[in-house]
Amino acid sequence: MILVIAEQRSGVLNRASWEAVSAAQQLAGGDSIAVAVLGGSVSAMAGELAAAAVHEVVTIQSPALDVYTPDGYVQALVQAFEQVSPALVVLPHTYQTRDFAPKLAARLDRPLVTDVVGVKGSGAERAFARPMFQGKLVADVVPQGPGPHIVSIQIGAFRADAASRGAVAAPVRALPIAVDAAAIRERPEPPFQETRQAVDLSQAERIVAVGRGIKGQEHLAMAERLAAALHAELAASRPICDAGWLPMDRQVGSSGQTVAPKLYLALGISGAIQHLVGMKGSRTIAAINKDPDAPIFEVADYGIVGDLFEIVPALIEALK
Amino acid sequence: MKIAVCIKQVPTRDWQPRLNESGTWIREQDASYELNEPDAYALEESLRLKERHGGEVVVCSAGPARVAQALREALARGADRAIHIEDEGLAAADAFVVAGALAEAMKDEGFDVILTGLQSDDQGLAQTGVVLAEKLGRPHATIAMEVQLASERMLRVKRELEGGWFQWVSLPLPAVLTIQSGINQLRYATLKGIMAAKKKEIRKVSPPGSRSPRVKIVALAAPQKTKKTAMIGGSPAEAAKELVRRLRDDARVIQ
Repeated sequence: MILVIAEQRSGVLNRASWEAVSAAQQLAGGDSIAVAVLGGSVSAMAGELAAAAVHEVVTIQSPALDVYTPDGYVQALVQAFEQVSPALVVLPHTYQTRDFAPKLAARLDRPLVTDVVGVKGSGAERAFARPMFQGKLVADVVPQGPGPHIVSIQIGAFRADAASRGAVAAPVRALPIAVDAAAIRERPEPPFQETRQAVDLSQAERIVAVGRGIKGQEHLAMAERLAAALHAELAASRPICDAGWLPMDRQVGSSGQTVAPKLYLALGISGAIQHLVGMKGSRTIAAINKDPDAPIFEVADYGIVGDLFEIVPALIEALK
Repeated sequence: MKIAVCIKQVPTRDWQPRLNESGTWIREQDASYELNEPDAYALEESLRLKERHGGEVVVCSAGPARVAQALREALARGADRAIHIEDEGLAAADAFVVAGALAEAMKDEGFDVILTGLQSDDQGLAQTGVVLAEKLGRPHATIAMEVQLASERMLRVKRELEGGWFQWVSLPLPAVLTIQSGINQLRYATLKGIMAAKKKEIRKVSPPGSRSPRVKIVALAAPQKTKKTAMIGGSPAEAAKELVRRLRDDARVIQ
């Protein structure tokens, strides 16, 4: 039996939950699938998830789960696993999963394979493909020892709209669990956004994005000239914003904005997965990088291997 | 405040992958190594905590002999002493094995706070810090972007959520934090620091005798392209002209 753990915040399902359902359906074979949703009050979301072609939806409810904490979630899921005995547990590889799944796996002493992009084989030989070495390599990983085996699915690796819907709604069942609020050590405050997003990159038709290859803040002017010539917005990968060379609201990637412009031109961006998840939905991707093996070329439609300090001025010239 | 920071040494960013004969790991002898970037930020944060609140910073690493160089670098930047769990087999080990080795070596030190990077640039499992917290029976917070000491025994940590959102969370000491890149501005070792590091202790310990990996890498390979990329060659001027032509005439994304 495969258990998918959906993610929600403040009563809204994370869309990546459907990607996890889609992944579970692809690797189920003949296995049944259940989807679990945790929180203070989750019946509306359980109803939403019941549209999926799954065996059942289970709700894991407690006032102590109203706000996410790793201690609360681990307590609840340990009890849930005892009741439904999953062989495989599938989660979306979100920041929240990264926060509690390793704790859950360690508590149970069971394998956790993070950031899964594909599945090969079946049974005891089933291997999960995941990126390693900043996306330069992909590893096939086989969980060891008894289940449940826990896997988290990379955002965007499986399509949410490919998740099959059932002919009738799946039954919803409440699991009896008790969470000891006094044993929860973390005291979270409400989420907030730091700066008003002055730039909405998600609306940009064209984006010129710079990465580490730009080398210094003084070279940004060159990228700005190219952006102006293309009528594009200027964006960046995380290290550029970390260094303070561009404001955080120009950052594309898992911790920044997710964009899907008509044209995404990546300058000196190697293509770490945290960046790729934020831009791989772009219609046309062009990349300029000195390293022919840079992962950015795996998602690019057009690539130029070379020195961006030579190619960018030539591009500005060619656009005149 | 007794502070530990766990670091890892990873292949440098410009390293070109070469695989071992069985195709299950990299050819380690071909790689050159550097301090894992998020761990560098964790080290910096631990030094800043010590500067604000006093105490000592102990840098810990579970890895092969080469890791001593990264530990020495951390000592040069200001850590007070180091613990090296030394074993060649730890280079390719999973998070459970690494966290298990760290927990065993650290459990009797009584650290108030343990910091580490949120993930490593090699395997990128993003598990070690949290598994370590669980093995030591401590609370944790991941993806930290600011660390405050709210009271004598309470930390207040700004966690990064997705899409530009953040959240403060308080948790009692002793605790484990995983640190996001960009939390601070890194310092580099001074000549004085490098000289001082030579006199600082690196305590070597053996890893636990039994080891139970929870995952096994059966194959490692270059990723398959999901798209057919048209690579454009020629001189910079020729390549630029050709790219502009294709974006205009084929992709039709510019005028």
